[in-house]
Amino acid sequence: MALLSLQKVTKTFGGLVAVSDVSCEVSSDSVVGLIGPNGAGKTTVFNLITGSIRLTEGDIFFDGKSLKGLRPSRIVSLGIARTFQSIRLFQGLSVLDNVLSGCHCRMRSGLFSSLLHLPGQRREEKAVLERAMIELEFVGLAHLFRSAAGSLPYGDQRKLEIARALATDPRFLILDEPAGGMNEQETMTLREIMKAIRKRNITVMLIEHDMSFVMHVCDHLLVMENGQLIAQGAPQEIQKNPKVIEAYLGLEDDDE
Amino acid sequence: MSFASASRRKSFGSALTVAAVFVFACLPFLLGHLAGSSAPYWLDVLNTVGLYAILALSLNIILGHAGLFHMGHAAFFAVGAYVSAILNLTFDWPIMATIPAAALAAGLLAGLVAWPVVHLSGDYLLIVTIGIVEIVRIALTNDIFGLTGGPNGLVGISRPEIMGFRLTRPQHFFYLIWGLVAVSVLLFDWLERSRFGRALKYIREDVVAAESMGVNTNKYKILAFVIGAAWAGLAGTVYASRMRTISPESFNFTESVFLFIIVILGGRGNQKGVLLGSFLVMGLPEIFRGFENKRLLVFGAALVIMMIFRPGGLLPARSPGYKLPEPYRSRYKRLPDLSSGGVFNGAGSRANGPNASASEGFASGQAAAPSSGSGESSDSSKVISVDVGQDLVK
Repeated sequence: MALLSLQKVTKTFGGLVAVSDVSCEVSSDSVVGLIGPNGAGKTTVFNLITGSIRLTEGDIFFDGKSLKGLRPSRIVSLGIARTFQSIRLFQGLSVLDNVLSGCHCRMRSGLFSSLLHLPGQRREEKAVLERAMIELEFVGLAHLFRSAAGSLPYGDQRKLEIARALATDPRFLILDEPAGGMNEQETMTLREIMKAIRKRNITVMLIEHDMSFVMHVCDHLLVMENGQLIAQGAPQEIQKNPKVIEAYLGLEDDDE
Repeated sequence: MSFASASRRKSFGSALTVAAVFVFACLPFLLGHLAGSSAPYWLDVLNTVGLYAILALSLNIILGHAGLFHMGHAAFFAVGAYVSAILNLTFDWPIMATIPAAALAAGLLAGLVAWPVVHLSGDYLLIVTIGIVEIVRIALTNDIFGLTGGPNGLVGISRPEIMGFRLTRPQHFFYLIWGLVAVSVLLFDWLERSRFGRALKYIREDVVAAESMGVNTNKYKILAFVIGAAWAGLAGTVYASRMRTISPESFNFTESVFLFIIVILGGRGNQKGVLLGSFLVMGLPEIFRGFENKRLLVFGAALVIMMIFRPGGLLPARSPGYKLPEPYRSRYKRLPDLSSGGVFNGAGSRANGPNASASEGFASGQAAAPSSGSGESSDSSKVISVDVGQDLVK
C-alpha cells in the first residue's frame, strides 16, 4: 500500500520550474532513493513533502491525508521526519537537548504544567529522557549526551540529526544526503543504522550521491533530472537504464 | 575531577546559595545598622534594582530564551501599571486585586501585537517593538479613553495591603519586590527546564530546524511574548503602588533600552546573568553618583566590548543539566566528557556556542569565579535542579 503519494507535484520559483509534474508513490516499509544530478530538484521535493515550502500545483498524500497547506510542525506530528542536507542541528545546545527536540511533538504538557512542574509533566519528562537516550544509543552517540552538538565531528552530527528525527517517532523518514561528508568507515556504520531503521518498520526516502551506498541500501530508486522524474525502478534496472546512464550514472563513471 | 567531589562541590554550592539568600533577606536590618540615616535611600535603590530584575527576567523569556529581539518591554510594563492604577483610582479595587487584570491586559496586548509580526526576524522585529513602545507612550500622553490622565499621569494610587498589613516603608517593599524576584526566578527556571522552555531555545538556535522537528514556532513565539508581557504587567502593578504616581514619561523608550541592555550584558537566557545585569545597570550608577550622567556612554562602550569578547553576556546561557533516569544515569556517569569539561560543576558554559574559543582568554578569569562555588550566585536554581532531579528518580 502506498504510504506516500505525490500527484502531479509542481513547484515554480518565479519563472524557474524547480519541480515539474512529478507523480510517484512510496510503499510502506521500503527504502526509496531519490537520485539525480545537482539541481535536479530532489531537495525541493523533500521540502515540499515536509511543508517547508508550498506547492504550486498538485497534491501530496500521506497515509491517505492531503498535506497541502499544513505547517511543517503539523506534518511532523503526522509522522514524517527529516534531516537536512546542510546540517541544521541546534549547535549551541547539548546532544541530549537536540534529541529532546524531536520528542516535542509527542509531548502534551503545556504552558502551565511547564511553569509549575506538575506531576504529569515530571512523568513525561522522565519518559522522554528515556526515549532520547534510546535513540542516542541507537545511533551510537549516547556517551556524548552532554557535549555541545556543534563540537561533534561531522559524521557524528549527521548521526545526531538521524537520532533527532527518529525521536519524533516517525513512520516516514526523509534523509537528505545522510552519507554526505562521511568517510568510508562512517558510511559503513550508517549502513548498519539504515538496516536497523528498516527493522523498526520505518519507511525511508533518501537523497544520496554515494552510489554504492544507494545501491546497497535502497530497494527502489527514483531518478530526477531538470525537475522531472525520468525513471524509477529497482536499483539493478536503473543501473541499466540508458536514460539514467546518460543523465547521471554515466557522468559519475567518467569522474571515477 | 571525580564525580564524588563534583557532587560535594554542588552541595557546597547550594549551601552557599542558601547563605547568600539569607544574608540578602537580612539586608534591611543590616543596612539600618550600617548606613544609619541613609538606609531608606539604599533600600530604595535595591527596590529599583529588584523591580528592574523582575522586568528583565520577564524580558529574558522573550529575548534570552526565544531570541526574539524585543526592545519595547516598557510598553507592557506601562499597560500593567496603568490598568492597576485606573482600576484602583476609578473603580476602587484594592491594588493587589488588580494584579491579575494588569497581567491579563499586558499579556493580551502582547498577543495582539505579536500575532502579525512574529514571523519577522531579528532587526525587523526590533523596529516593530520600538514602534509599539512609542505608540503606547503617545496614547497614554494623549489621555486615551479619557482614563490615563494625559501627560500628568495618575496620582494617588493606594499602597498595597497584604492580609491587612499596609506596605508603606521601603523595607516593606523590599520584601514584596525581592520576594517576587525569587518567585520569578523559581518559576522561570522551571519553565526553562520543560518542554515549553526547550521549544523557545530551539527557536532561538534555528527556527527552520525547530519547525521541522515539530515545534509550532509561531505559536511559541507568541506565547513567549504573552508570558513575558504578563509578568511585566505584574511588575507594573508593583511599580504603580510603590510610586503612587505614574506618568507616560516613566515608560519611555529609554527604559526599554535599559532592560534590553540588562539582559544582553548579563547573559541572554541565564537568570543569574540577568540578576547580575540588573545590579550593574541599575545599581552601580547609584553607588558612583558622578558616573550617573555618563552611564549611557559607559554601557554603550561596555556593550561594544562585550559583543567582541563575550557575545553571550557576562554569564552566558548554558544547557541545564538533566538527571537521567536509570539505567542511563549509572551507565554514562563515569565516562569522560569530551567537549564540555566542567558541566558537572556548572562551568560548562565555556563549551556553549561557537564564540567560546574566541573568548577563552577573557573568559577563564571570569569563569573561574562561578566554578569555584558554582551555586554561590544569589538565586536558587541550583537547589531546584537537585530537587527536580530527585523527584524524577522517584
